[in-house]
Amino acid sequence: MKAAPFEYVRPSSAAEAIALLAADEDARVIAGGQTLVPMMAMRLARPARLVDISRLTELSNIRIDGENIAIGAAVRQAVVERDALAAEKTPLLARALPWVGHAATRCRGTVGGSIANADPAAEIPLVLATLGGSVLARGSRGARTIAAGDFFLAPMTTALEDDEILVEARFPAWRHARVGAAFLEISARRGDFAFVAAAAQVALDASGACVACAIGVGGATHVPTRLAASDAFPGAAIEESAARKTLALEIADIDIMTDGHASPAYRRRASIELATRALLAARDDALSKEPRA
Amino acid sequence: MKVALTVNGDTREIDVEPRTTLLDALRDSLRLTGAHTGCEHGVCGACTVLIDGAPARACLMFAVQADGFELTTIEGLAPAPGELSLIQDAFCETHGMQCGYCTPGMVLTAHALLRDDPAPSREKIVEAISANICRCTGYGQIVEAIELAARRLAGSNAGPAT
Ligand code: FES
Ligand code: FES
Repeated sequence: MKAAPFEYVRPSSAAEAIALLAADEDARVIAGGQTLVPMMAMRLARPARLVDISRLTELSNIRIDGENIAIGAAVRQAVVERDALAAEKTPLLARALPWVGHAATRCRGTVGGSIANADPAAEIPLVLATLGGSVLARGSRGARTIAAGDFFLAPMTTALEDDEILVEARFPAWRHARVGAAFLEISARRGDFAFVAAAAQVALDASGACVACAIGVGGATHVPTRLAASDAFPGAAIEESAARKTLALEIADIDIMTDGHASPAYRRRASIELATRALLAARDDALSKEPRA
Repeated sequence: MKVALTVNGDTREIDVEPRTTLLDALRDSLRLTGAHTGCEHGVCGACTVLIDGAPARACLMFAVQADGFELTTIEGLAPAPGELSLIQDAFCETHGMQCGYCTPGMVLTAHALLRDDPAPSREKIVEAISANICRCTGYGQIVEAIELAARRLAGSNAGPAT
């Protein structure tokens, strides 16, 4: 399997990359290429021109930006995996990254690329949606911030325009004293696409009561989905039976995806179970942390 | 399109189409056929090479993207012609291969693992090679090979390359 012919360009700035995209509707951005290259090998994608942004230093930073950790579009998953700042500020992202492909794909694949690709089974989009993060997009008409809830439109479809690139992904950094996180998924094999994935991040006060909560499910749904139940838990301690009931009630009504791999009924059941387990594991992770003074 | 690749310490300029994968460039232009062609879409790990020391899939990168990196292929591990690296030797001794198709990828993955963690747990070994498919061995002897190599490394003062 070999890709169809294309032209390769390596712009020297994000602005140049945007101009190249605007000038050619068959041009596509490549960063890590861990999804695009196999799609090209299978001829599911046939870009006429690849615009390689992977070496742009302006897109290669991880930084604190107000309430967020901002991860530039060219930052590789393996780099975030080893980054102490990201691990401390966004524990859910740190929990999710080991589930992304394999070490051998994470060393090339980027955080931004996974988000822009919007595979419904992908872990990083689920973390962004669950935490209610956003992306900074820039195109020929300027830059705009798009909330995760407005960004993922359908499987492999985002709100990015043809001439826009994802400049950075912004993950909310929680400032609470005790924050715990958990990420769980079910797939056919290690590193394979998730049938169902669940993500949870929980903040507790010194007494163990929940003060902030984010829960989401992916794989089962067309787009990574933050559950409204996230807002039901703050104010009290998280207890298993009540948590399961609340989550089951909401998941009973969400739109579940069908494909040849797992039936919708299975996916719904597994979503309830995994979301419950992830929430409890996140709670326990937070409980294991000393309240900070 | 011209691109200069640094493989096993040597830099050579080759002329390839942009669509030529790093894997095809290594095999066809540089005649380094140790990286094997399996699935060509990132699933099997037969094409594993080290990019700046980290295992990566040579079929998931175009050769034109690979300039400026230090690439290591299986041909770069043995200390001298006709010799084996400590890890390669351990694979022979434990019969960590049958047909050998997955072996270069397994050995390079083990090489990077033991460089970063000279005494990995069994789980860590299994996790490391989970990206590489073997259709023959059932993996048991591959895990044994890596465990043996780790023990030998602990008893020597050499790095995993020798
Ligand atoms: S040939 Fe590259 S992963 Fe299979
Ligand atoms: S030895 Fe044959 S595939 Fe592993």
